[in-house]
Amino acid sequence: MEKIRYERPVIKKLNTGVMNKYGTRTEYAPVTNIDGARVKDLIAEFGSPLFVMSEQTIRKTYKDAVRAFTTRYPKVQFAWSYKTHYNNAICSVFHQEGSWSEVVSGFEYNKALLNGVPGNKIIFNGPDKTDDDLILAINNESMIHIDHLDELYRIIELTDELKKRPKVAIRVNMDTGVYPMWDRFGFNYESGQAWDAINKIILTNKMDLIGLHSHIGTFMLTPSAYAVAATKLSDLAFHIKSKFGKNITYIDMGGGFASRNTLKGSYLMGADSVPTFDDYAEAICSALLNSEYSKEDLPLLILESGRSLVDEAGFLLGTVLANKRLSDGRKATIMDFGVNILFTSFWYEHKISPAQEFSHYTEDSVIYGPLCMNIDVIRENITLPPMKKGDNVVVHTVGAYNMTQWMQFIAMRPNIVMIDMDGKPHLIRKKETLEYMNSLEITPEYLKGFKL
Amino acid sequence: MKIKKNVAISESGFIFNPTTGDSFSTNPIGLEIIRMLKEEKSKDEIRKSILSKYITDDSTFEKDYYDFVMMLQTNQVADDSE
Ligand SMILES: Cc1ncc(COP(=O)(O)O)c(C=O)c1O
Repeated sequence: MEKIRYERPVIKKLNTGVMNKYGTRTEYAPVTNIDGARVKDLIAEFGSPLFVMSEQTIRKTYKDAVRAFTTRYPKVQFAWSYKTHYNNAICSVFHQEGSWSEVVSGFEYNKALLNGVPGNKIIFNGPDKTDDDLILAINNESMIHIDHLDELYRIIELTDELKKRPKVAIRVNMDTGVYPMWDRFGFNYESGQAWDAINKIILTNKMDLIGLHSHIGTFMLTPSAYAVAATKLSDLAFHIKSKFGKNITYIDMGGGFASRNTLKGSYLMGADSVPTFDDYAEAICSALLNSEYSKEDLPLLILESGRSLVDEAGFLLGTVLANKRLSDGRKATIMDFGVNILFTSFWYEHKISPAQEFSHYTEDSVIYGPLCMNIDVIRENITLPPMKKGDNVVVHTVGAYNMTQWMQFIAMRPNIVMIDMDGKPHLIRKKETLEYMNSLEITPEYLKGFKL
Repeated sequence: MKIKKNVAISESGFIFNPTTGDSFSTNPIGLEIIRMLKEEKSKDEIRKSILSKYITDDSTFEKDYYDFVMMLQTNQVADDSE
């Protein structure tokens, strides 16, 4: 008699009628390939855990975002938010699609330059720009977004030394009805700080104020907040025009659109409940079109979207290390990846799919990472088919921030591959090795060699 | 270890415990094991039956059987009075 495939015996209590804390969703349709590349083959070739990026999804998502805005407004430009995913291959896909770059440090700025982005297509944001960074950005005619008065005065001093007129914008923070209000960055609108900074810049006459910038928050679920922000920036632009006769050439609305992820504690799956690009575009573009600009003076609309453009294109493949039974009877599954490389599991209930065929029987479980720490929880409760040691899983919507904010803790960072438009995988970042890690460390001579 | 006398087991793997009012579902292999336990088969007999029918090994069976039986007890489908 031919033997049949084994599955661990499971028994699950049925809660008829009541929605338990696990919700009613089941997430266990197996995902055996990504853009045509088999999960098992990817793990065999590149190891586990493994980050996988889909070039097809990036391009498709980007085109969708561009379409939503360009069908509503005549002048639109995206600038890729480097901090979201500054792997060079990923940045290059965005640049090929026509995106400029948005950076917040000298490191990111130089990465953009080395990727071939012309200096005048780089937006330099953030409170931390060193003198060297500023000099480079001024000489390259980059768009410098001034964050605070200290920076404004420093740039004025540098213009005297360099004999150049930098192109600048100011970052404006404001009340958009959404809390918490991000008032740490830039100049406040309501208190008059922003107007004050604008007057200083224009009246000292050392630089050209060409834009106004705001980034009102991240994972913003209310598109109307952007309408408020766009209207307030437009009011400033209008005041500049009336007082100084100068046109603002661009309005930069920052990033912050939600990705199709599920925030912790939300009963609705992100994919079903977050606003679409069309919702955000409608709010922003209507606000700009309905403000005081004449047709010729309509500013360029810049968007610095990060997570909404790349989150869905990222997958994390992993392997089951062990199963345990917790003292309260729940099943616990330990994976070979933890919060060290998937820190977004602190915010999101990431969808996790098994990577092999299963029956339709499921268990309520907790998913843990391998770190020896209590906080290493990937999912507090999830309904999955029984999985055994060595089985593989696919974690969805992990493309934003994980591959820049990952921590080298206990283990080293894994490989990243990108599946190209033809389904072929390319290694785009090598996993770290002990040799590489050690090459950064220096042990003083007198500490070398000991007897135990 | 015995399956409680009054626990009802359906063909499709639906289990009802009238004492607690709880109902459960189990997968085919779980149903097979519960049936054998109900027939008061020994662990060794159950092991032989499972190993001959499924692609698995002794230590996997051991681990999963232990865990499953513990869940039957936790859910009061079985009691450990021997
Ligand atoms: C200035 C600025 N622009 C753009 C972004 C990208 O934001 P998101 O990923 O939410 O779209 C950020 C993120 O913090 C930011 O600080």
